[in-house]
Amino acid sequence: MVAAMTRPSVDQVWEWLDAVPDPEIPVISVVDLGIVRDVAWDGDMLRVAITPTYSGCPAMRVIEMDIETALRDQGIAALALERRISPPWTTDWLSEKGRARLEEYGIAPPEPAGGPKRCPNCGGKNVEKVSQFGSTPCKAHWRCRDCLEPFDYFKCI
Amino acid sequence: MTREAAQFEFLLRMGDNTLILGHRVSEWCGHAPVLEEDIALANTALDLIGQAQMWLGLAGEVEGKGRSADDLAFLRDAWDFRNLLLVEMPNGDFGQTIMRQFLFDAWHRIQLGRLARGTDTRVAGIAAKAGKEAAYHLERSSDTVVGLGDGTEESHARMQAALDLLWPYAGEMFAGDDVDGAMAAAGIAPDPAGLRGEYDAIVGPVLKEATLAIPDTRFAHKGGRTGAMHTEHLGHLLTQMQWLQRAYPGATW
Repeated sequence: MVAAMTRPSVDQVWEWLDAVPDPEIPVISVVDLGIVRDVAWDGDMLRVAITPTYSGCPAMRVIEMDIETALRDQGIAALALERRISPPWTTDWLSEKGRARLEEYGIAPPEPAGGPKRCPNCGGKNVEKVSQFGSTPCKAHWRCRDCLEPFDYFKCI
Repeated sequence: MTREAAQFEFLLRMGDNTLILGHRVSEWCGHAPVLEEDIALANTALDLIGQAQMWLGLAGEVEGKGRSADDLAFLRDAWDFRNLLLVEMPNGDFGQTIMRQFLFDAWHRIQLGRLARGTDTRVAGIAAKAGKEAAYHLERSSDTVVGLGDGTEESHARMQAALDLLWPYAGEMFAGDDVDGAMAAAGIAPDPAGLRGEYDAIVGPVLKEATLAIPDTRFAHKGGRTGAMHTEHLGHLLTQMQWLQRAYPGATW
């Protein structure tokens, strides 16, 4: 079959997906965020499984649309997006590249200890929690007592 | 009652608890005492409404009549809702909202933990997802109950008044019926009465640290989760929540 011979490799698809930014935190990709769970060919149909960070994450539909647009632009004609909730998303799935970019962008990456290691702006260790929730469901609101800047901390779950 | 009918009822209870509480909490959007709390409440509501979508979506599937989560949320009347009376109680002041959240979160976290280990993989999957969020909500509502209870004279008095008002609504969480019997027999959900000890062990120490006194009564207002009788507050809530779909059937954006 011609279609089967010309279909791009799964690795190629992962690479394309790694260029799709998260709509709320555009410095990291949906792959960095760990929400793309599976990419597989089912005959001529490309199946992509994604998982929400939080149950009510309002960005999910936008993410689905962005993934679909990106893959269609690469010539993928038959695409099935599946939402998968099990196993539930965890911040352990954030890529190292993603963690580094978050910090450069001013968002402290998640830490198992339950709080940021340092202020993403000045690197100060003198930080305190303002609120358990921040600008999106996946972040909490902290501030630095050294540089006095508020910042987002990516909640560890 | 068939196993499917019992499971449908059970899923409505899980979905309606999260839907109605999510809506109640969302009523704070733009009105909370400080910006951080406004954001926290809105995010909590968002989690709960997301969970409601999953529970009610599965309820519709199990029912097999083609009803979606939206159909179940927006096109049922008060007597078809199966949420606990506690979650339809009005917000009151900020303290009352937080006390309601705390009493619910403690039960919710225990319940979801059990469901995640149950025999139905779809139920267990939703519960595992929602359980992480519930644990986070409980952490926050516990801290806030302690902060306000053991706070100023004014905040303490308000938190005690909230506990006195809401405590009699906590008992309904542990009142089982045939639906629960069928779910427990199938290994899907725990017997509600069996969660009481664990609940008291979570709630008791937090309230103590908050310097609040648990009312000396085990009287429980009931009727929400069975649908026998809701409070007068649910109908008012639904008129607001369902208004758009009732006025403009099928409207989408």
